[in-house]
Amino acid sequence: MYKKTLWGAAACALLLASAAAQQPKTASQGIDEYRAMLQDGNPADLFEAKGEGLWKQKRGPKNATLEQCDLGKGPGVFKGVFVELPRYFPDTKRVQDLESRLLTCMSTLQGFDEAELAKTAFGRGEQNNLTALATWIAAESKGMKFNLSQSHAQEKVFYEVGKRLFFQRAGSHDFSCASCHGEEGKRIRLQDLPRLTQNPGDGVGFAAWPAYRVSNGQMWGMQQRLNDCYRQQRFPYPGFASDATIALGLYLGVNSKGAVSIAPAIKR
Amino acid sequence: MNKSIKKWAVTAAAGLLLAGCASLPSSAELDSLTQTIVKASFRTEGQALVERVTAVDDTNRLCSQADVAGKPLDEKVAKAIEESNFKAIKWPADGKFLGDWKQGEAIAQSGRGLTWTDPAKSANGGNCYNCHKMAPQEISFGTLGPSLYQYGKLRGVSDPNSPASKPIVEYTWGKIWNSKAYNACSNMPRAGHAGILTEDQVRHIVALLLDPNSPVNK
Repeated sequence: MYKKTLWGAAACALLLASAAAQQPKTASQGIDEYRAMLQDGNPADLFEAKGEGLWKQKRGPKNATLEQCDLGKGPGVFKGVFVELPRYFPDTKRVQDLESRLLTCMSTLQGFDEAELAKTAFGRGEQNNLTALATWIAAESKGMKFNLSQSHAQEKVFYEVGKRLFFQRAGSHDFSCASCHGEEGKRIRLQDLPRLTQNPGDGVGFAAWPAYRVSNGQMWGMQQRLNDCYRQQRFPYPGFASDATIALGLYLGVNSKGAVSIAPAIKR
Repeated sequence: MNKSIKKWAVTAAAGLLLAGCASLPSSAELDSLTQTIVKASFRTEGQALVERVTAVDDTNRLCSQADVAGKPLDEKVAKAIEESNFKAIKWPADGKFLGDWKQGEAIAQSGRGLTWTDPAKSANGGNCYNCHKMAPQEISFGTLGPSLYQYGKLRGVSDPNSPASKPIVEYTWGKIWNSKAYNACSNMPRAGHAGILTEDQVRHIVALLLDPNSPVNK
């Protein structure tokens, strides 16, 4: 009887100790395990394959492929372009990110209506194809380090504009990007928030998108990521491929210099 | 209208580029270019009107500028912002500051409202748990704001209706109604001032924080 009680007490103490050791970790540990499980297979692969096919496929009113599209390193070059975007393009005289540049190519090479496509909602029609293309192009730079150019005057101007947008407090809740992403080690509910005013680390923030989102089963490019941030900030709607989204992306991209791209990532 | 703004944006950008080949445009020029780009890039969607970014008040404008500069606001400017926000606080018409903490808990949990996907008529949440620890039963809380666990207890509030509790009760109401009245560039939304929460909802949140029976104070 005495022995039994002793054993019980010991087991109880052990249980308590292990519970105490585990307790503060359980929530984030569980999430980490969930994320590790997700790595087993990333449905982004499917979008990647679709994107590669679309690149080579004759499409649009001009029945042409995208193989002559210049994403910054010359027509047809797709390896390594992603980690240098957004950048200035002399032909359009604009700073462009991957998605707005693909939009330009789909318009000039294939004859798609640029304005019409930009107006199309995410996840619909040609927007889906654009996301698949962006996923594939990004995947072709997987493992490379971000290294955006700041040599052109307009790239410098866009960095400064992007910084101002990042700190722009507005909307019904006075939120700016910095409200959530301006400090180290913060959370919203249980979600860790990267500090985006500096390089947040390999595969974090800008270096993770496009990404497949398990929670809604959707593939999101950076444009949609920023769009949903703005929605949650209670801002009005940022136009697809608008200068504000490109400048903000450039600011995040320049800050991520040296971060290894893991795009397309998989997210909860 | 939209087209002319776009044209203007491009012209402004080009002008700045020509002017600033050797060096960057001035900070003021970059501010104005940013505003031009904001006007051209955002549009109204649902209840999220474009004015939310084009008609920003002085509080947000000045705090954003300070954030960009990486320097805190000048003390006098900060004081002026706090005073004007304090004056704008609407105190409870009937003098009743505390509502029902149970309803307050539900409001604190909800992060709904005022996005372009929220129905305009739906009730808004307070978003409290997104940033604050409150009742200990809720382990999914954010850390952007300070912990509010035992908010009333730590401040010695055993009877919120007592004269001794009055200053803290009023401060709590004021802080929720208009956070910028006490800290010019606080990260916290101005729940009452901005029309996020109604007077009744603020009452319930105050109760959640100060009612001795609220789980926050257990």
